[in-house]
Amino acid sequence: MLRFVLLAAVAFSSMARAEIPSKDKRSGFDFMSPQTQAMQSDETSNPGMLWVLDGERMWSESQGKAEKSCASCHEDAAKTMRGVAARYPAFDEQTKRPIDLAGRINRCRETRQDAPPLARESNELLTLSAYVAYQSHGMPITPAADRRLDKYRENGRAWFERRLGQLQLSCASCHDDRWGARLGGSVIPQGHPTGYPLYRLEWQAVGSLQRRLRGCLVGVRAEPFEYGASEYVDIELFLMSRAAGLKMETPAVRP
Amino acid sequence: MKRRLIWLLLTLCAATSIASAITPVTRLHAYKVEGDAIAHPLAGLSGDAARGASLVQQRHKSLCVLCHAGPFPDPHLQGTIAPDLTGVGARLSAGQLRLRIVNMKRLNPDSIMPVYFEIIADSQEVRVAETWRDRPILTAQEIEDLVAYLQTLR
Ligand code: HEC
Ligand code: HEC
Repeated sequence: MLRFVLLAAVAFSSMARAEIPSKDKRSGFDFMSPQTQAMQSDETSNPGMLWVLDGERMWSESQGKAEKSCASCHEDAAKTMRGVAARYPAFDEQTKRPIDLAGRINRCRETRQDAPPLARESNELLTLSAYVAYQSHGMPITPAADRRLDKYRENGRAWFERRLGQLQLSCASCHDDRWGARLGGSVIPQGHPTGYPLYRLEWQAVGSLQRRLRGCLVGVRAEPFEYGASEYVDIELFLMSRAAGLKMETPAVRP
Repeated sequence: MKRRLIWLLLTLCAATSIASAITPVTRLHAYKVEGDAIAHPLAGLSGDAARGASLVQQRHKSLCVLCHAGPFPDPHLQGTIAPDLTGVGARLSAGQLRLRIVNMKRLNPDSIMPVYFEIIADSQEVRVAETWRDRPILTAQEIEDLVAYLQTLR
C-alpha cells in the first residue's frame, strides 16, 4: 500500500510539469523567419542538400579492407533506408543499449567494411548520416516500440528535467515551459530533433543533434558530455518520443 | 486511514517537487536577509550606476537581457521570459533589488533567475562547467553596481 502511495505521488509530481500536448507540438521550423523557412523548403537553396548529395556518392564508395560500400549490403538507399532515421535510436544487440544513427553507421564500417570508425562530427560521418536521414524526409517520427529502450528513455527524460550547470536551468525550463518566448534575440523552440543533421546559419555548416545539445549545455554553463556519450543517445531517445508524429526534415536549416 | 494516506500523498508530492526545485549551494556569503531584502550593501561596497548600466547589457556576463527587456539599446535582442525592468527602481528598494540579484530563489524556489552570489554545489548530475565551478556568477562589487543602476530606473 505504501508503495502504491509512493508511486502515485511520484507520478503526480512529474505530471505537474507542463508537457506539451500533441496538438501544440511544433517543429523548430515554425518559429523561423519566412526567409529561413524558404531556404529550407527549396532544395535548390537548402545548403544541407550539398551534404546529402555528397552522401549519395559516398554510399556507393568502397571502404576498408573488405572493399565494400554501403550499397554492397543495402543497395538502393531510397528503398532500404526509408523510415530508418524516423525510428532511431534503436536497441543494439551487441552493447545491449540504444545506438544512434551515426553509431550504427560506424558499427557497419567496423564490422562489415573492416574500416576504422569515423570521428563524431567529422564531415564524412555527418555526410553519410545526412544522406541516410534524408531517406526519411517527410515521414512522421515513430519511435521504436521496444521495451528494452524504456529505461534509457527515462534516463534521457531525467536529464531533460534536471536543473543543470551554473545557471541551474533545465531543458524543460525553456523547451516545455517557455517555448515561443524570446531568449535574448532568439525565439525558444520546443527543442524537437526533427531536422538533424541540419545546416545551421550560425555554424555555416551541417552539424549533428549532439552538437546542438552541446550548445544548450554550454549555454547553461554545464560541462557538456563527450561526443558519442551514452547520455546524448538517451536524451535523443527521449526527444524522439517527445516529438513522435512530427515530420522528419533532414536536412533542415536553422538560424 | 484514508485521511492519513491523503496527507502522506500530499507531503510526498510537496517533498518531491521541492527537492527538484531547490538549488543546491555550498557556500553562503555573509549577508543578512531581512524580510524580502538585504538592507546593507554587500561587503560594505558602494555601487557605480554607470558601470551597472554597462554590465546589465552584457549578455555573456550578467546575462540579464537574455531574459529581461528594459530601457536599454537593441530591444530586439532582449528576452521576454522575465519581467520588463523599466521602472523597477520605483517598484523595489535597493535592499529588495539586492536580494533578488543575490538569490531570487530565496523568494521563489521555482524561479528560473540564476543565483548570482552563491556557489552552486557541483555533482555528476549538476555538471557545472569547469570554468564556472566554485565561483559565483558576479562579484559583490558588480552586484552593487547593478543595484545602483537599477535604482535609477524610475
Ligand atoms: C536557457 C534556455 C535553454 C535551455 C536551458 C536549453 N535550450 Fe535548447 N534551445 C534554446 C534556444 C534559444 C534554441 C534555439 C537556438 C537558435 O535557434 O538560435 C534551442 C534549440 C534546441 C534544439 C534544436 C531544435 C531545432 O529545431 O533544431 C534542441 C533539440 C534543444 N534545444 C534541446 C535542448 C536540450 C536537450 C536541453 C537541455 C540539455 C536544452 N535544449 C536546454 C534554449 C535553451
Ligand atoms: C534566466 C532568466 C533570468 C536572468 C538571466 C535574469 N533574471 Fe531577473 N528575473 C527572472 C524572472 C523569471 C523574474 C521574475 C521573478 C521570479 O522568477 O520569481 C526575475 C525578476 C527580477 C527582478 C524583480 C523584478 C520585479 O519587477 O519584481 C529583478 C530586479 C531582476 N530580476 C533583475 C535581474 C538582473 C539585474 C539580472 C542580471 C544580473 C537578472 N535579473 C537576470 C529571470 C531572469
